[in-house]
Amino acid sequence: MGIEVVVEGLTKSFGKQSIWRDVTLTLPAGEVSVMLGPSGTGKTVFLKSLIGLIKPEEGRVLINGVDMVNSPQGDIYETRKLFGLMFQDGALFGSMSLFDNIAFPLREHTRKKESEIRRIVMERIEIVGLLGAEGKLPGEISGGMRKRAGLARALVLDPQIVLCDEPDSGLDPVRTAYLSQLLIDLNAQIDATMLIVTHNLDIAATVPDNMGMLFRRELVTFGPREVLLTSEEPVVAQFLDGRREGPIGMSEEKDAATLAAEAGVPGGTGPRRIVPQLEPSPGLPPRLAVARRRDRVMGMLDRLPPAAQAAIRDTYAYSAQAPTLRMPAAGSGT
Amino acid sequence: MITGALRQTGRLFALAAEVSRAVFRRPFQFREFLEQFWFIAGVTILPAALVSIPFGAVIALQVGSLTQQLGAQSFTGGASVLAVVQQASPLIVALLIAGAGGSAICADLGSRTIREELDAMEVMGVSPVQRLVVPRVLATMAVAVLLNGLVSVVGTLGGFFFNVILQGGTPGAYLSSFSALAQLSDLYISELKALVFGFIAGIVAAYRGLNPRGGPKGVGDAVNQSVVITFLLLFFVNMVMTAVYLQIVPPKGG
Repeated sequence: MGIEVVVEGLTKSFGKQSIWRDVTLTLPAGEVSVMLGPSGTGKTVFLKSLIGLIKPEEGRVLINGVDMVNSPQGDIYETRKLFGLMFQDGALFGSMSLFDNIAFPLREHTRKKESEIRRIVMERIEIVGLLGAEGKLPGEISGGMRKRAGLARALVLDPQIVLCDEPDSGLDPVRTAYLSQLLIDLNAQIDATMLIVTHNLDIAATVPDNMGMLFRRELVTFGPREVLLTSEEPVVAQFLDGRREGPIGMSEEKDAATLAAEAGVPGGTGPRRIVPQLEPSPGLPPRLAVARRRDRVMGMLDRLPPAAQAAIRDTYAYSAQAPTLRMPAAGSGT
Repeated sequence: MITGALRQTGRLFALAAEVSRAVFRRPFQFREFLEQFWFIAGVTILPAALVSIPFGAVIALQVGSLTQQLGAQSFTGGASVLAVVQQASPLIVALLIAGAGGSAICADLGSRTIREELDAMEVMGVSPVQRLVVPRVLATMAVAVLLNGLVSVVGTLGGFFFNVILQGGTPGAYLSSFSALAQLSDLYISELKALVFGFIAGIVAAYRGLNPRGGPKGVGDAVNQSVVITFLLLFFVNMVMTAVYLQIVPPKGG
């Protein structure tokens, strides 16, 4: 089972520019979470803070009792072995073939025999669909393939926590859909805690158990996906609908005058429909996180906004087993 | 401005300390060390030999001309060999190690840094200092020491040749003045200098390579700076080491 990640009062700035303030949230063990946010709101910085690559000025990130911000370097290195991080452009080693790239963590951290390494690496290469390309150098393959190779490398040590930095950027919608399915399948197979940072609405709508959003140097909200998806918060609503009208502007945020001018324009398109969450591919074990999440969410139901409560009741009305909403049967038209 | 410079200096020393500690941490990256050693040796041996012949010749000619005016031709050999072994050789080695080896190390680490490869390495729980920097620094040190031997020999031979052939010096006097003035500790200080210069060149190259400022242009600037900073440091350290050596080791001729 994955490991819980507890973030408390995290604050980061570069020089005088504040990135975000006082971010507090908990990534529940084994569940899939998504962090949304417009470009340039520090999503990647947040991800790198979790793993200790960037040191926030204040706050803590607790993983198994180790604080990734302030603990001694040795503890941080040790804890990092629990992580798999998929970088935005793969961050593969340019001088090594894909095979050697993916084998790198195994060769560094384990004493496995070369035949054993070969078996594990080829297995991961097959999962991400790169069979046949293992001898190529990172410079010789497309961006999408680099991304998938980066994911394979992140998975090779059976991580307890998987972080994905914009897995969709540079991918076409079909590949993005496959990747979404891949992430859910992964969660079913290894039951790791996952955090996906993205601004892709399809991933946000179908993959996560929990969602959060960063905007204006703050965490707008974080909680079960229904909370964000039913939220009436202008920022969230604008982002989920992909509209121009709202507080988010081209550069970071709008000024008051533009907002006032927009006030007359009817925004919004009525209540959003919550699309069902993806389920693991046939033949894979069910996601263990589903039952845990159900107990957790039902336990906190009273404290959620009414719209979210209704959505969650809806979700679990069909069957207690359903992840969120029942998948529509083929051709049923819903 | 001043605090900025001090901060950079402090971080440079911190890296040097970290590298010194990481040298003893297992597992030692022997393969990486061998590859780097081979590479640095490959790019420095030929230019070093080619530079040292004329350099040895220049010193021999200059010293020969001076000793002739002073009427001490018989000491030409000893004086020029000491100059070559103690000063010229370590500096030639340092310039080549910094210019050819250090710049390549800096460019390599710099481009890896901006491609986030080093971040990726850290995320996988592998310290880039131990995995990449330590083998490179040890390789520059080892190459510097060995190259210093080569340059000393080639420079001395060059000086000998030019003194005997061009200035009509006698081979016997050249060789005997050698043992009159030179002693073994001159060779030791020469190798010690080469070792220290190799360390400095490796550390500075690694430091600038690990901290490039933004984008491919930043890597180019970093390489440039690393060579310049190394040169400045080397000449300063050379001065200090020479002064200390002359104070603590009694000259043989005295």
